[in-house]
Amino acid sequence: MIATLIDYGAGNVSSVARALGRLGAEVRTTNEPEEIAAATCLILPGVGHSAALLHSLEVHGLRHPLLTAISRGTPFLGICLGLQALYQRSAEAPELAGLGLVDSRVHQLPPNVKLPHMGWNQLRPVRDCHLLEGIPADAYFYFAHSYAAPAGGPATAATCEHGREFTAVLETARIFGVQFHPEKSGVAGAKLLDNFLRLAR
Amino acid sequence: MSLAHRIIPCLDTDGSRVVKGVHFEALRDAGDPVELAARYNAEGADELVVLDIAAARDNRPTFLETIRRVAEELSIPLSAGGGIRSLEDARSVVDAGADKVTLNTAAVEHPQLISELSREFGAQAVVLAIDAKRVDAHWQVRVKGGRVPTDWNVLDWAARGVELGAGEILLTSVDRDGTQSGFDLELTAAISRSVGVPVIASGGAKLPQHFLDVFREGAADAALAASIFHHQMQSIRELKSFLESRGVSVRLPC
Repeated sequence: MIATLIDYGAGNVSSVARALGRLGAEVRTTNEPEEIAAATCLILPGVGHSAALLHSLEVHGLRHPLLTAISRGTPFLGICLGLQALYQRSAEAPELAGLGLVDSRVHQLPPNVKLPHMGWNQLRPVRDCHLLEGIPADAYFYFAHSYAAPAGGPATAATCEHGREFTAVLETARIFGVQFHPEKSGVAGAKLLDNFLRLAR
Repeated sequence: MSLAHRIIPCLDTDGSRVVKGVHFEALRDAGDPVELAARYNAEGADELVVLDIAAARDNRPTFLETIRRVAEELSIPLSAGGGIRSLEDARSVVDAGADKVTLNTAAVEHPQLISELSREFGAQAVVLAIDAKRVDAHWQVRVKGGRVPTDWNVLDWAARGVELGAGEILLTSVDRDGTQSGFDLELTAAISRSVGVPVIASGGAKLPQHFLDVFREGAADAALAASIFHHQMQSIRELKSFLESRGVSVRLPC
């Protein structure tokens, strides 16, 4: 199986590619609409500003092939901004539409805590989920973000808290998302990526 | 459930080898950055900083190669800095595998560089390194490896840096650096309580108690040290166990 990494030009694609490579996955990095439409397993890593990601999806014509592939049941993992892109809209880039696969909006974390939410934090499981299988409940994951998706909602599988509770793991059908960076989260992060690859097979 | 206090080893390099000075001077060889990076990654370091303290123009390709090789070893975040003077310099270290870029002298000389990098890579990728020297009743910002004084007060410069888009402050006490007499708690607390971004304390670490103090009294979000880890005077694993036993939230490696 080939893991197709969507490179929109500003992301942490190389570190995700390295982490997948260590797990024995064959990785293809692309921003070609045809390759994304034909992919058997899609990963959208994101870092930086939501506007850059959403704008780039438009410019490279990736929005439609991405939505088509996902609606066909192609397993998809969004990382950080890649998770946030699944929502209708983000307050970080209110003028740009998200992919709209999750019926909610992304907001800034409250200013009563230090932002960005930077460093290692733990999760609170909301329900059983495949991505976290075999990972100790007290495991830490690496976060680096100032915006986050709200906690409630049927797609939320685990939450985290920094100023307020937010969605840390999203899982619905074949759509997965994590607000943290599994590629930077040591052994626990590697296990999560391995779980995704296994689910995608 | 709470955000863990981070322990960050720092590799000061001459581009290709790890070196360590006292009071920013007297360099001596302390090992291979790639070997040390692999060891710290396995021991439970929360992040790694790699600096090119020589920052000579013609040495750039060597340093970028070091970043590439270090990044290969890591499953934790990597910050890189030293001699970053432009967006292009920053892009080259990010392309080599760094998650964050550390700015110091160039940010003081051209504060807009902070904004440029923040726009390009996001605030979470821009670390403003501040070298602070106590002068009478305040702290003065120093540049060029802590040698050259500036007109900036550390509190003002930290606030300005955050306003311009820095997502984190790496705060080094020039007075304590290399002395192993403990972090400057007063300095760290003053800055950490005045800015809305995480602060990494640096300079003076030796004993586990020093780390406990800087997290409790210094209100630091992370603490950085170099030589005590390189020379295996302090294991990261034992340090974290100590901190946890004293009620400080840390990520214990599995």
